[in-house]
Amino acid sequence: MSFINYSSREINCKIVYYGPGLCGKTTNLQYVYAKTNPSAKGKMISLATETERTLFFDFLPLSLGEIRGFKTRFHLYTVPGQVFYDASRKLILKGVDGVVFVADSQFERMEANVESLENLRVNLAEQGYDLGRIPYVVQYNKRDLPNAVGMDELQRTLNPRKVPEWAAVAPTGLGVFDTLKSVAKLVLTELKKGG
Amino acid sequence: MNSGLVMYEEEFRLIAGICDRLTRDANAKVVFLIDKNGQLIAASGQAQNLDTTSLASLTAGNVAAMGGLAKLIGEKEFPNQFHEGERESLHMSIVAARVVLVVIFDAKSSLGLVRLRVKKAGEELARVFDGLAKKQAMPGAQSPFAEITDDDIDNLFSE
Repeated sequence: MSFINYSSREINCKIVYYGPGLCGKTTNLQYVYAKTNPSAKGKMISLATETERTLFFDFLPLSLGEIRGFKTRFHLYTVPGQVFYDASRKLILKGVDGVVFVADSQFERMEANVESLENLRVNLAEQGYDLGRIPYVVQYNKRDLPNAVGMDELQRTLNPRKVPEWAAVAPTGLGVFDTLKSVAKLVLTELKKGG
Repeated sequence: MNSGLVMYEEEFRLIAGICDRLTRDANAKVVFLIDKNGQLIAASGQAQNLDTTSLASLTAGNVAAMGGLAKLIGEKEFPNQFHEGERESLHMSIVAARVVLVVIFDAKSSLGLVRLRVKKAGEELARVFDGLAKKQAMPGAQSPFAEITDDDIDNLFSE
């Protein structure tokens, strides 16, 4: 849910990175954090377990610049991908303005991708959102791995509606900013429509 | 899709005034008002050295998690929370079902005083947010960004 503040002339929006466990959601945020100018970013917070698995969420505040005198700020969140953290995922989706679904391209993770996407659809619906209408992009991560499924099949299975989609290798940054920019654009376009 | 929160100058001044007064009346170090989704609305007191953005996000996460716990045991929510530290303590209170009033205080104040002052400030804030909701729902209160163009959006990503 965007927050428009006339007093401080700011627009704040919330983007959530969703996807199965170990698909690279946190790695996306870490790359964005590492490559962003210090003046444009806040502190990155990771609420993780001792083994570096996301326990509740990662959070990264970013400033993208100004539109008509308003500073645009995006709050990026990840959800914990592991199946049993569903209650936490629901909480993090509250007030979301845009969603990135990070798919794991590996053949062995296709079932987990499908399950996570369905879980996203159900959890969004519980909050009164429709995945078919909310600003939404898909990222196919881990494209560098030898067991990566072909793009055609990923598209057919995970993106039949053909929303903007990006091939990615998050640790090297391939596709990371493309993904972020495309979802941010969709969010601002939605805001323009008054959504 | 549910519409976002819009804050206008007039209401912001009222809110800032209430937070300033609460800081003084409760002998607090800092007072924050945070949207339940993690956006900072106002800060008062010694907030300069604090990472207010992180604080807002973590407060929202905490309130959301406690809300989830409340539902599990059959409560609607936990409207007030208190966390006691060695030197500083933190009091959180949900106002008008959509914002969280956070007070950070030390030994110069007490939980009893903070609770008392928060209750009064919470009532005042609730009235402001009710007015704000009505203002937003009025016909003609279209998106303030209706006039931005696709070019404006593209320019943001032009580098």
